[in-house]
Amino acid sequence: MASDHTPSSPDSTRGASTDTNGSDRTRTGQTGPELTRPDRTWPDRTRPGRFKEFWGYFSENRGAVIGLIVFMTFVLIAIMADVIAPHSATQQYREALLQPPVWLEGGTSEFLLGTDAVGRDLLSRLIYGARYSFFIGVIVVVIAASTGVLIGLIAGFARGWVDTLIMRLMDILLAFPSLLLALVMVAILGPSLVNAMIAIAITLQPQYVRLTRAAVLQELPKDYVTSARVVGASKARLMFITVLPNCLAPLIVQAALSFSTAILDAAALGFLGLGAQPPTPEWGTMLADSREFVLRAWWVVTFPGLAILVNVLAINLMGDGLRDALDPKLKRS
Amino acid sequence: MSGIHSTVYKNSEALIQASGLSRHYTVSSGPFGRTATVKALSNASFELQAGKTLAVVGESGCGKSTLARVVTMIETPSAGELHLDGHRISSELVLSDEQRASLRASVQIVFQDPFGSLNPRQTIGRILEEPVLINRPAVASAARQQQARDMLAMVGLRPEHYDRYPHMFSGGQRQRIAVARALMLEPRILVLDEPVSALDLSIQSQILNLLVELQERLNLAYLFISHDLSVVKHMADDVMVMYLGRVVEYGSAKSVFSTPRHPYTQALLSATPIADPTREQTRIKLKGELPSPLDPPAGCAFNPRCWKTEQRCCDEAPKLADAEQHKVACYFPL
Amino acid sequence: MPLLDVRNLCVDFKTSEGQFRAVDSVDVHVDVGDVLAIVGESGSGKSVSMLALMGLLPWTATVSADAMLFDGVDLANCDARQRRSIVGKDVAMIFQEPMSSLNPCFTVGFQLREALKAHLPLTRRERQQRAIELLEQVGLPEPERRLRAFPHQLSGGMCQRVMIAMAIACKPRLLIADEPTTALDVTIQAQILELLLDLQKDTGMALVLITHDMGVVAETAKRVSVQYAGQKVEEQGVRELFADAHHPYTSALLAALPERATTRSLPSIPGVVPGQFDRPAGCLFSPRCAHADQLCHATSPDVATQAMGFARCHYPLLQGVPQRSAS
Repeated sequence: MASDHTPSSPDSTRGASTDTNGSDRTRTGQTGPELTRPDRTWPDRTRPGRFKEFWGYFSENRGAVIGLIVFMTFVLIAIMADVIAPHSATQQYREALLQPPVWLEGGTSEFLLGTDAVGRDLLSRLIYGARYSFFIGVIVVVIAASTGVLIGLIAGFARGWVDTLIMRLMDILLAFPSLLLALVMVAILGPSLVNAMIAIAITLQPQYVRLTRAAVLQELPKDYVTSARVVGASKARLMFITVLPNCLAPLIVQAALSFSTAILDAAALGFLGLGAQPPTPEWGTMLADSREFVLRAWWVVTFPGLAILVNVLAINLMGDGLRDALDPKLKRS
Repeated sequence: MSGIHSTVYKNSEALIQASGLSRHYTVSSGPFGRTATVKALSNASFELQAGKTLAVVGESGCGKSTLARVVTMIETPSAGELHLDGHRISSELVLSDEQRASLRASVQIVFQDPFGSLNPRQTIGRILEEPVLINRPAVASAARQQQARDMLAMVGLRPEHYDRYPHMFSGGQRQRIAVARALMLEPRILVLDEPVSALDLSIQSQILNLLVELQERLNLAYLFISHDLSVVKHMADDVMVMYLGRVVEYGSAKSVFSTPRHPYTQALLSATPIADPTREQTRIKLKGELPSPLDPPAGCAFNPRCWKTEQRCCDEAPKLADAEQHKVACYFPL
Repeated sequence: MPLLDVRNLCVDFKTSEGQFRAVDSVDVHVDVGDVLAIVGESGSGKSVSMLALMGLLPWTATVSADAMLFDGVDLANCDARQRRSIVGKDVAMIFQEPMSSLNPCFTVGFQLREALKAHLPLTRRERQQRAIELLEQVGLPEPERRLRAFPHQLSGGMCQRVMIAMAIACKPRLLIADEPTTALDVTIQAQILELLLDLQKDTGMALVLITHDMGVVAETAKRVSVQYAGQKVEEQGVRELFADAHHPYTSALLAALPERATTRSLPSIPGVVPGQFDRPAGCLFSPRCAHADQLCHATSPDVATQAMGFARCHYPLLQGVPQRSAS
């Protein structure tokens, strides 16, 4: 029961076309270099570029895009702090101690978000604080990622007792609550922002080691790695040039998510008085200084807390979007 | 015992000469150290001349992929000897880096899976240049690039493909790139591990034609591994049939396909479907499954499934011996 | 009345680059006891059309058809319950990768009995009995022992037999086999194909075999439907197709078979199957066709008559010669 079309007969006025000569000799029967030339008759249109494809997936996730926008806004604020901030972060205005924000009674437009216990403008401190937070995030992630990836590569390639040793070390590191570990290190090395960052980087490292090792183990049996070996690639070349670029997707996601963890941990350490020391306008330290004013001057505590919250949320949303966009199994076509 | 002997052979054309080549793996089953030996390849002996194709056929577990890996020196043989383009390789020899480097220029490999054999993060140009970059650092960058571009044209791709990434190409095109990469070091022997099995039929013939053309032009020797007998019939000069790591039949393609002497070869040939509905197919029904390499049958590996089995077959494995036109490992050849 | 009557089936997939037509106006009809082979290469849409029938496509797919009737029941418009009562019971499907078609966490017996439980009102003992019978029917030795095994303990051939057993458990009237032997060795392939044909003869069920191997088609099928780039390009009886293919693609495909080679160089089809981004206007095969002319490149061809194998071609071949005149 096929469709009952009559065959569309070719237009008889066109006459015999030139390539029918009654014999069986077709183009596919010829021999010679013609046969080895593929796709010569139509344009070689290819799939869209990788970045465009990635952006397509990423932008579908509205939360991720919002997160990205918020994050970018904070980055801009941090960069342009000198220009935007109305006051200096450390200047104390003795006549305006604990002044409320502008919309409350007693607030002035000079100090839009009020002042803290020693008269420093809260808005300016928050703006400069963004710099510290991103500084912390970037440094911590760079240290943790670079050392973590290196150790993970070594573990994945070496196998045997080296691998076991490294993984057990990482297991031990993971067994400690990260804040506790950071506390111990800071207690030994002394309280300062730099020491806090090193401590946090060490506690974040095992994640990178594990991720890298898992990705390496997945890529190693693939044919392109064997091909590189057959061609004579050295171990170092195999590690960094052949395999590592293919392991990046989960690492990028982890980097984004540990950015926010770093900010939170630095804030926690600052809150405990072990991170940045006053008068540094780091958000966590600001929280610590103003604990006692929770009821009296809620704005001194709330705004730094809000800043931390909004930032961490934005980065987490972005990280989720990154993971969905970079995971090949979720790709649709 | 070290060092490579550059022996001059009487038959100077033989690029590969293997005798008694074996590869065993020890597998530990269970945490209390019960180790089993998997004899992935046992006692393989064969020869390959320049410009010829030796096909290795068999089903899963027959050891053809292991053979490919041993010949390409991805793995060292556990026993036996392999003479590759004038170099001698055996289980006792430890190859130095220079020896390895010179062997690399003799034999290269093309893999089965066109989608996994190219690094997704490198452009085609980089993939092609890498072998020369690693092995011949003295070659200037411009000369290297030119060689890569020439090779790209030789396998039938266009110049603008040089800067593209593998995921932009189809399976057949990727396989061409894999062949081009294998040829960058100008090897004399090419090991092809099921090069067309993952490709569509219409693309298969394009790649096979390319391989034939390159063999004629460059006088390459092919070790062609496949499970597809129709492709093997078309390409091969000599055929080696393997079953569970052992060679069961070895001879010229013409004689093996026209008069198979080993029961397994005959069963394999009769099981291959023929694209002709008018032909009556008398199929030899083989009982049972392929045995596991971890637990091979005693004596001849084929005896549980063979219809000619007798007591002698279960006692001792037959050796590869001459039988009229070609060699067969069977006590009761057909 | 045919057992399966599908007319003008179209399947579109929603991709990041817009809609992609994977199946384009495909007709399938199967009579009772028929053995139809659907042949095509990758991108031909042969698997997708059968999956559409069974309702197994992901949410990104849109299925539309003029008619999709199985034994009179409209599969396109029936509700989910009615579909569940047909799919798996009267229409069954087996897939390509036997090792991954079975759930690795459960024993073979559990999965077999699950299939029985879903469709047949049997007691537990009866289900066990029937499971043993089924395994015997598909030629697995020691069925009681096999029922207690996990899929990873069985070989590929044995897994495929288990899949077939699950498929025939409820005595289906139509069995769709999607490349059932592609992942198996040649000797095991021969066993499985023979099993399928024996079952088909014994139970009188219809068999739709999806494959890309022309040898398998020649030995098992009664009728052949050839698909290319989502369209059906030819349909004929198997002997007629191999003797005289009417569509240039089929003819070129048969010529490219290594076993038909007369010279060292194989006649090959230049180019590649059109993907999502390079679909030609006009006939989809025209860029690769040796006989294509201006009309072929510009206009999509209609389907020819039954005498010409329902070839989707402006100039279907007769003994290798394109019929350019109106006669």
